[in-house]
Amino acid sequence: MANSETHDGRLILLDPRDNVFVARVRLAAGETLETGAGAARLDRDAPLAHKIARRAIAAGETILKYGAPIGVATQAIAAGAHVHVHNLRSDYTPTYHLEDERQPGAGS
Amino acid sequence: MSALRGYLRSDGRKGIRNTVAVAYLVECAHHVAREIALPWREDGVHVIGFPGCYPNSYAETMLERLCTHPNVGAVLLVSLGCESFNKYALERAVRASGRPVKTLVIQGTGGTRASIAEGRSWVESQRLSLDDQETVPMAISELVVGTVCGGSDGTSGITGNPAAGRAFDLLIAEGAACIFEETGELIGCEHIMAARALTPELGLELERAVAKAARYYATLGYGSFAAGNAEGGLSTIEEKSMGAYAKSGASPISGLLKPGDIPPRGGLYLLDVVPDGEVRFGFPNINDNAEIAELIACGAHCVLFVTGRGSVVGSAISPVVKICANPETYRRMADDMDVDAGRILEGRASLDDVGREIRDLVLGLASGGATRSETLGHQEFVLTYKSFEPIGPACLPAA
Repeated sequence: MANSETHDGRLILLDPRDNVFVARVRLAAGETLETGAGAARLDRDAPLAHKIARRAIAAGETILKYGAPIGVATQAIAAGAHVHVHNLRSDYTPTYHLEDERQPGAGS
Repeated sequence: MSALRGYLRSDGRKGIRNTVAVAYLVECAHHVAREIALPWREDGVHVIGFPGCYPNSYAETMLERLCTHPNVGAVLLVSLGCESFNKYALERAVRASGRPVKTLVIQGTGGTRASIAEGRSWVESQRLSLDDQETVPMAISELVVGTVCGGSDGTSGITGNPAAGRAFDLLIAEGAACIFEETGELIGCEHIMAARALTPELGLELERAVAKAARYYATLGYGSFAAGNAEGGLSTIEEKSMGAYAKSGASPISGLLKPGDIPPRGGLYLLDVVPDGEVRFGFPNINDNAEIAELIACGAHCVLFVTGRGSVVGSAISPVVKICANPETYRRMADDMDVDAGRILEGRASLDDVGREIRDLVLGLASGGATRSETLGHQEFVLTYKSFEPIGPACLPAA
């Protein structure tokens, strides 16, 4: 795991090339996160190991995790926002997921 | 740690278990097989089998390799009588391996009750003689270890999978053969993986295997990706692949195998689990246990299973080591888990610490240790239709 002195300790930066962090703990919507380039507000609940935008990402931009492409942003994503199936799509096969009405957002 | 011990088989391989395999050769014989094994459900009698009634050479190879697996000491074949599975060839192969074998044909024995009685009496006598069999010293270089991940989430690729990879690197340095698999979960990693092949020709074969998987899954319309993967924070198949790939560690790749191919020597091998030719029989592996059975058919003495969401499965024939990547899952399901790799995420252990712990645990299985899934009685097994061409000459370059 790459270490950074500047970003929030609750976030993991797996590779210096990445434009997403990984949540080391469960994070709640509205929390303020230090991205290393300024504070940002988390837009939705992000469970353990979900992804958070490290900086603003444009629609169509490649998402990098482990320093490798993992898909493409389907919309503009703000710094500090939750990055998941609602704003990221595969370059290979569509992602199959279920939506749990009791916990909106858990599946996406 | 005490020294490794194994049961010596006639082909020179050694087993870390001495199991009686009861194999049904069509679903119609499954109940009888299960009933025969029932009294020994915690005492070294495992049920495996094939449900189909149509002939399939992949399934026949799989059952032959499993019945002559080093962890198996004796084999009871349970046939209904009219199925297409070639019971004669399977019995011949098991007999040629030096193992006691008996074929019970339900239609000839006189039905369910008579078959169960005759099967149990044979298994009892085999169990008694296997219990008396002496073990011999075994070297780490005689071990074959597989790895699989299931119920993956966003923690798998950060903690459990790379820790399993570190364990692989340690075991390979000590001479063991280690096998990783699921080419459908290496999509996006094919080029970095090919660069680790012993020869450029093998590298091409590795890339072809992943391209085949990508085509296969594209035809089926679903990637090797379950709903729970998304709930756990994985968004795309390429993200899941990058995490799964970490199980392979950093050793050079010595070869490409297909289900039932035995690694010829120590080193790291990729098992190509996606069928060859046109899409015929459905999903390559219908669940994790189909992959585990294929690793075991390649001679794996045990299988490292990394889970984030929390799988509980074990397997017939070979022990399954459960490595929990997610610290929240571990706290909920500790009783099912052998290794708490989520400590890495919480800064309580390093990847190297957990890698060494996994390596020690594997060696412990050959000196009296048991896995959680074994202790809990898990003996899952599944085998379905597939078709493969033999591997090409570039797949196993000499070291």
